[in-house]
Amino acid sequence: MQQHIVSAFTDELDQLSATLLRMGGMAEAMIRDACKAVVKGDTELAKTVIRRDAELDKLESECERGAVRVLALRQPMASDLRMVIGAIKLAGTIERIGDLAKNVARRSIKLDDSATKASMRGVKTMGKAVSRQLKSALDAYGRRDARAALEVIRQDDDIDSHYNALLRLMLSYVAEDPEQIDSRANVLFIVKNLERIGDHCANIAKVVHYIATGKQVLSEAEIALLASNASSED
Amino acid sequence: MASATPLITPVVRAERTDNPIKIDCRNINVFYADNQAIHDISLLIPDRAVTAFIGPSGCGKSTFLRCLNRMNDTIDIARVDGKIMMDGADINDPAIDPVLLRSRVGMVFQKPNPFPKSIYDNVAYGARIHGLASGKSDLDRIIEKSLHRAGLWEEVKDRLAAPGTSLSGGQQQRLCIARAIAVNPEVILMDEPCSALDPIATARIEELIDELRERYCIVMVTHSMQQAARVSQRTAFFHLGKLIEVGDTETIFTNPTNQRTQDYITGRFG
Ligand SMILES: Nc1ncnc2c1ncn2[C@@H]1O[C@H](COP(=O)(O)OP(=O)(O)O)[C@@H](O)[C@H]1O
Ligand SMILES: [Mg+2]
Repeated sequence: MQQHIVSAFTDELDQLSATLLRMGGMAEAMIRDACKAVVKGDTELAKTVIRRDAELDKLESECERGAVRVLALRQPMASDLRMVIGAIKLAGTIERIGDLAKNVARRSIKLDDSATKASMRGVKTMGKAVSRQLKSALDAYGRRDARAALEVIRQDDDIDSHYNALLRLMLSYVAEDPEQIDSRANVLFIVKNLERIGDHCANIAKVVHYIATGKQVLSEAEIALLASNASSED
Repeated sequence: MASATPLITPVVRAERTDNPIKIDCRNINVFYADNQAIHDISLLIPDRAVTAFIGPSGCGKSTFLRCLNRMNDTIDIARVDGKIMMDGADINDPAIDPVLLRSRVGMVFQKPNPFPKSIYDNVAYGARIHGLASGKSDLDRIIEKSLHRAGLWEEVKDRLAAPGTSLSGGQQQRLCIARAIAVNPEVILMDEPCSALDPIATARIEELIDELRERYCIVMVTHSMQQAARVSQRTAFFHLGKLIEVGDTETIFTNPTNQRTQDYITGRFG
């Protein structure tokens, strides 16, 4: 895209993007390490994930301040405006992902040895899937690629089915051996957190789509509502 | 899995201007001697809404605006081609009296230009020319109403005999708006009406324009994109004598279709 006549404006927007991508990279590493901490029982690694969350919070405020500054001083329009509004939303979403990764790390410390191989495999697979989702969403952001963003949104279904499979597995364990409920519940919360991270990746992709095209992506509920309105009209 | 319904909806528009069309411009070309300033512009202008013309200096905004009240007739070397229909009637029809047309289409200029007369006479001027008042009390009523609508009454009611030029810049511009309103126009053209005013006076004029649009068809040239965004419902972007894009203001400023519009409003050329 062409540069602004006022080059400081271009610099400020670039700076905003760079901070967001840095946040995204940090969140990606936090998910990876949190899952590793779960699978390997690595308490030290879990603690570093918990500590890194504070840094992510700081970057979120930095992004917000930068965005407010650009709004106040530059009155951005059109794609620039979408970029700045998008940045505020993305920073908030990535910060939420950091919180969820931190929760996974916290739970990992409470896990005992009774976790089964199958459930650990499940956590590993889901962890990989959601960090891949986050990476794809961030790549789509970096390139302002609306198609790639839609692809991320579609792939969220895969993560949901992973989650449902693991949920059923945990419930069957509990039915078999109700004594183990606390430890199963821990694993269950871990995968629930990963599933929520997947949702947030889809949210990032929706924002990217909006930044790139100015069009909002509908949620399933909105699609259903539109469809029912359309059928009641004829 | 993914349903057949599309995932994407167009941006929802807060303010639709489905008002009836007041002015229908078709294939307008304007020449100054051999120099073509406007290239084949067609544009629909809705009633009871503000339409803003934006674009870099020299792109033809004022020239096009002046077509709407035949002000270009007064420029010897200017030639206007094409059809402009106001409420379905061709304004360039030889049968139409340009003086009468200009009472239907008021104009406010960049620099406030009150006549060297009293505040009262400034507003009374047009009403007298067009014989709109049946007597002194009728004229008084017109003056008061016009000054009210222009948001100036409270400030000047006790000094109507003072010269118009004794007012502040912002007040002078509102006086010019009162003068335009006094002859009961249907359309008000404004050519950069705030460019000589400070931010507070500008805000008052913008507030006034927002009130006036309930009664009039307003067309405004502005070099401030923020102003266009603040006060207009429709925005037309001109470039090098061509109409590049026209649409609901919200769409133009959040998601324009044309790359040149995008570049201009985001400050990438100008
Ligand atoms: N009275 C005139 N005589 C000759 N050329 C003119 C006259 N008025 C405007 N032009 C030319 O027409 C073009 C459009 O000018 P104008 O309508 O004033 O642009 P804008 O209002 O967008 O700044 C410019 O190239 C300008 O030089
Ligand atoms: Mg001009």
